[in-house]
Amino acid sequence: MAVINKTGSAHHELAAPTRRPPLPLVSLLLNALACVGMMLSIWAIFLYAPTDAIEGLSQRIFYFHVPVAWLAMLSFVIVALGGAVYLWREDERWDWLALAAAEAGAVFTTLTLVTGSLWGRATWGTWWTWDARLTTSLILWFLYIAYLMLRSYLGKTPTSARAGAVLAILGVIDVPIIYESVNWWRTLHPAAEIGTPGALPPSVVLVLMLALVSFTLFYGALLIQLYQMVRLQYLAWRLRTRLQVVD
Amino acid sequence: MNTLSALRLFYDQVLAILGKDIRYELRSKQTWLGMGLFALLVFVIFNFAFDLRVENRAAVAPGALWVAFVFASLLGLGRTFAAEREGGSLDRLLLCPVDRRAIYLAKLLGNLLFIAVVELVALPVFAALFSISLFSGELLPIVLLGTLGVAIIGTLFSAMTAVTRARELLLPLLVFPLIVPVVIAAVRATGALMLVAPNEPPWLGLLVAFDVIFLSLALLTCSYVLEE
Repeated sequence: MAVINKTGSAHHELAAPTRRPPLPLVSLLLNALACVGMMLSIWAIFLYAPTDAIEGLSQRIFYFHVPVAWLAMLSFVIVALGGAVYLWREDERWDWLALAAAEAGAVFTTLTLVTGSLWGRATWGTWWTWDARLTTSLILWFLYIAYLMLRSYLGKTPTSARAGAVLAILGVIDVPIIYESVNWWRTLHPAAEIGTPGALPPSVVLVLMLALVSFTLFYGALLIQLYQMVRLQYLAWRLRTRLQVVD
Repeated sequence: MNTLSALRLFYDQVLAILGKDIRYELRSKQTWLGMGLFALLVFVIFNFAFDLRVENRAAVAPGALWVAFVFASLLGLGRTFAAEREGGSLDRLLLCPVDRRAIYLAKLLGNLLFIAVVELVALPVFAALFSISLFSGELLPIVLLGTLGVAIIGTLFSAMTAVTRARELLLPLLVFPLIVPVVIAAVRATGALMLVAPNEPPWLGLLVAFDVIFLSLALLTCSYVLEE
């Protein structure tokens, strides 16, 4: 958030830059920490964590799947929060944050679906079941895609930002409802009840925590990059339209 | 007294916009006729895909009914704001010193009315196909509440997508993921009319709850969508 507050208002930045931009310290730090964390995570996942007695090696995808799924959900909350604050404050920087989080979230949701599907194939023998968690992740993916499509169709306008904010707010309240209703929908089929892990051994929890922290650091670094990219896209677009008016 | 007169004004505004839409539709007759035929055609296509017979009704009837209704609704919902925009009257409507929620509510009621007309055509066909009494149990309330849920979300996003080029494509992409709870509850409640299953949650009550949640959210956010 510190980086976002530093950037100043958009109109101010349209003036020719006179001084060199400061070194992106927060971004560099996050990237470095994420890099170290990822290295440690990879070592821990493949060498330190014990092999699951029942599922075997395929269980190790869990250390990748859980952080990615967590970030997919976190991202949608950020999209909705950014949208809500944008509607409240009318400050477009919050909208840039929402758009950046939506782009990251779409990627992380895709990864969640892919890794979950791979694990499901190895463990349940099927790529897909209509379990509440899977269905909700799929709906979340559709919401991300719908959000990005809506934003791109409406262009870089305040209308687009407001529409996106409304979609994200509706979505963030709807997703838990979807989860619950799919759960109720499936109550008739107790056979679909799957995956009841017992108490996890401490080393598994440790590796999972390490992976969660590293992925979240990486996500933070990624979000800052995406935010800056969205911001530059908007500023460049604004300059371009201004040039066209001059012509 | 002041709040009462404000409320009165609000209702007058809703009724005025609703009346305008009904008059427009009665003169052009383009939306509901197309929607009704579409709903019937979905039944025909479904017949070839799933064999719509009385023997299969518990398995396929609720699905066929709701797919037909949701698809037909979306056709009409897409027209609400798009027709205003093509006629150039959307800007004028937004220029009126009217509460945005009044515009939204009027459009919602209009949509609900048009979809209800379509359902009046499609429901007897459905009832005849599966030999269900139209007034059996809670069929009519279920249909009404399910349609309301679809219309609440659909009207909001119809306003949003009216300005885009690819609105016919975009509207279902936005609406379908969000109406999942409504569709689940409506299909399950309809299914329970044909085959009573144990341990079912109270789907009709959930449908009411979903409608209330969506309507409050839509009323809170519609002023941001209806800005130009």
